Amino acid sequence: MNPEWSPDEERLLDAPTIRPYVIARGRTEAQDRFDLISLAVTIRPTTGAEIGLDPEHQAIVRLCRRALSVAEIAAHLDLPAGIVRVLLGDLFDRGFVAVQQPQPEMDVLDERMYKAVLDGLRAL
Amino acid sequence: MVSGHSDTLKMPKAIKLLIAGGFGVGKTTMVGAVSEIRPLRTEETLTNLSVGVDDLSGVEAKATTTVAMDFGRISIGQDFVLYLFGTPGQERFWFVWDELARGALGAVVLADTRRLADCFPSVDYFERRGTPFVVAVNCFEGAPVFELDEVKLALNLGQDVPILLCDARRRESGKEVLIALVKHAYGRRPTAAAH
Ligand SMILES: Nc1nc2c(ncn2[C@@H]2O[C@H](COP(=O)(O)OP(=O)(O)OP(=O)(O)O)[C@@H](O)[C@H]2O)c(=O)[nH]1
Ligand SMILES: [Mg+2]
Repeated sequence: MNPEWSPDEERLLDAPTIRPYVIARGRTEAQDRFDLISLAVTIRPTTGAEIGLDPEHQAIVRLCRRALSVAEIAAHLDLPAGIVRVLLGDLFDRGFVAVQQPQPEMDVLDERMYKAVLDGLRAL
Repeated sequence: MVSGHSDTLKMPKAIKLLIAGGFGVGKTTMVGAVSEIRPLRTEETLTNLSVGVDDLSGVEAKATTTVAMDFGRISIGQDFVLYLFGTPGQERFWFVWDELARGALGAVVLADTRRLADCFPSVDYFERRGTPFVVAVNCFEGAPVFELDEVKLALNLGQDVPILLCDARRRESGKEVLIALVKHAYGRRPTAAAH
């Protein structure tokens, strides 16, 4: 009998909860790197043959053909936002996606931003 | 960090707005009414929180808390995209609020006149943080009708804080509230000179 495995234990491990942490391999340092509204866009498609890219990485690359926020990616792929941050960090480091961080300190000083947003809202 | 390639890529600027207020006050409804996408849900998993306060075992308890947030999106042409986040209703999620409120342009505090006190914590929170906010009184059927001035008094709002009636189910109404918020945020913006 395999001592590492017991059916009781397996029942305790709820697969949907555990899986993301396996994908992210316990890395948490990337968690602070991206905001919920950081936008990601794919700049280089994957071939599917890359070493070290999980299906979840590939899914993000496919999804981000248009710019999407961390929050949207997380919602579409049904992954916690923290995991998406880690995966995005990998993809960014390897040059598959560009990420644009929000710059609220600069935006609040930009008069044109307020005007554009007000005009946009009125036109909704 | 603005990441490398973005200089050459034209990406919109993302702007965050919050919809706050007590439990069941209509936050998700308002997000859905104005969003161009059906409201999405994202989960933040927060770990390494010490929750051992009432744990007498002396062992530091590490917990994982998952908080779900609803959000929607409004594209403003090619240049801006607004993300509207419904804040989690419970006060024990302050730490998520901190993350959400960081960098937010402003917040809507939804109030229900049947349970006005439910929005006190939100009002307090944004006042303390200095986040520009407006109060929108969601008009539920059968709710007592008060003059907005009375509500303003009851909430002890600053004179400059806009307060308006709304129907969270109606897009037009949600639009009006957001316009009031962005105008207010504009009036409260830090001036370049102060930087
Ligand atoms: N009559 C009326 N009903 C509303 C209005 N806004 C929301 N509701 C209803 O109130 C209920 C609660 O609305 P939600 O949008 O889920 O409230 P919430 O603030 O997101 O709730 P939590 O996230 O659980 O705190 C739903 O059944 C809505 O349909 C309104 O303006 N008028
Ligand atoms: Mg809700």
